[in-house]
Amino acid sequence: MNRVLSALPGLILTALLLAIWEVACRALAVPVYFLPPPSAVAIALVENGPVLAASALQTFWMAFQALMVATVLGGGLAIAVSLSRPAEQAVAPLAVALQVTPVVAIAPLVLIWAGLDHADRAVIALAAAVAFFPIFSGVLTGLKSADPDLERLFDLHGATRLQRLTRLRLPSALPFALEGIRVAAGLSVVGAVVAEFVSGSGATQGLAWRLLEAGNRLRTAELLAALVCLSVLGLLLNAATTAIQRRVIASRA
Amino acid sequence: MADTPLARLTGAVVRYPGRAALGPIDLAVATSEIVALVGASGAGKSTALRMLAGLETPAQGSITRPETTNSTGFVFQSATLMPWADARTNVALPLELSGVPAAEARRRADEALTAVGLGDRTTARPRQLSGGMAMRVSLARALSIQPDLLLLDEPFAALDSITRRGLIEDLHRLWSARPFAAVFVTHDVEEAAYLASRVVVLSAADGRAVADLPMPGPLPRPADWRRDPAFREAVEDVAQALAAAMPEAA
Repeated sequence: MNRVLSALPGLILTALLLAIWEVACRALAVPVYFLPPPSAVAIALVENGPVLAASALQTFWMAFQALMVATVLGGGLAIAVSLSRPAEQAVAPLAVALQVTPVVAIAPLVLIWAGLDHADRAVIALAAAVAFFPIFSGVLTGLKSADPDLERLFDLHGATRLQRLTRLRLPSALPFALEGIRVAAGLSVVGAVVAEFVSGSGATQGLAWRLLEAGNRLRTAELLAALVCLSVLGLLLNAATTAIQRRVIASRA
Repeated sequence: MADTPLARLTGAVVRYPGRAALGPIDLAVATSEIVALVGASGAGKSTALRMLAGLETPAQGSITRPETTNSTGFVFQSATLMPWADARTNVALPLELSGVPAAEARRRADEALTAVGLGDRTTARPRQLSGGMAMRVSLARALSIQPDLLLLDEPFAALDSITRRGLIEDLHRLWSARPFAAVFVTHDVEEAAYLASRVVVLSAADGRAVADLPMPGPLPRPADWRRDPAFREAVEDVAQALAAAMPEAA
């Protein structure tokens, strides 16, 4: 009941904005190619339902694979680096360089490497590159967040590196890792869309391709319908990762 | 018995960047005696404790520690439990780290928890325990390995005075069941005089031991010991020695 109540103001505002948009489009006779009313977007959403759903699934699948790759690589590298101070000093500047490089800028290069026949691989690689940093830095911060007195206790009783990692540092890092993954999940969708834009061919058939195609044909209602799908996809991903985060935190309390 | 101390700091000097050096600290702990370390904050009480635990190495001087490995237990200022693990897993940790098989470690953890009166809370998470209970779990963890030397760094400071008194009685009870040497850091004069067989006062200036006062009376303390004139006198002696060890400005 509380959750319904807390969602209410947001829903009311959304409905209000949609109503203003609808009325304004009709009253001002805005051309549909420029800004279609919400009703037209809704119709486009229904008419293109199967195609949009397939594209959304494709984008989701690419973003999901990218997130998995980023989790394995980012988490694995953070663990490896946490075991040695020189390794961290060596890797940290490279990780930051990867973070500050706009993914669009390396997209053409990654496309060449992946080959135009495998544009989806390029999209996954680029989305993983965007999602990598929050996971890497989250896990690394988390591994170092263990209570210093607990670290001393592990020193006192002669813990091995592996014992310290599995029994103290990894459990301490878990909330940080989950937060990193939540942020990375959103970024992986952004990365997938940007990468698909740059690849510019229909080979990937994701939502970004629907956006481009509709835009090129001035089918603005279809473009907005694809955009709505993208928002919903982002919201669902965020809700899923937040739910996982809550469950894990609750199970430890 | 007191001829060969269980643990000893000899002329230990510690240097921290940007601060005056601490020491030289001399401190000997005999088998089965309870020593309270008092002194102003910054006098090096915690540092002395960490050196006895082998967690810190002095720049000069030497340390003698119990011979057998894993014979030192440590109780920190806060309970310092792993929040994701239940009481039993927390208490079993030192045992498992020192190679005791998991089932055996768990059995001994349950015993240690029973000894501190928490036999029915073995599966409780730290968040489900009160401050006093969490500290009892911490005490059980330090004693689970049956240490020869127990080091306590202002462990009960954050607890209310009733809970604190209860924990000191527990400590005495556990000690008489299976004696161990203990070094207990505190800044509470009465607590020091009550719990220890000997009180060592560290100088606020450099951490040298400036007074070494044997405490009267048996351990564990008889009922109403806090009202006993001998105890009141001992408290006063410690208070005066501590005041003399404080910086001039105080």
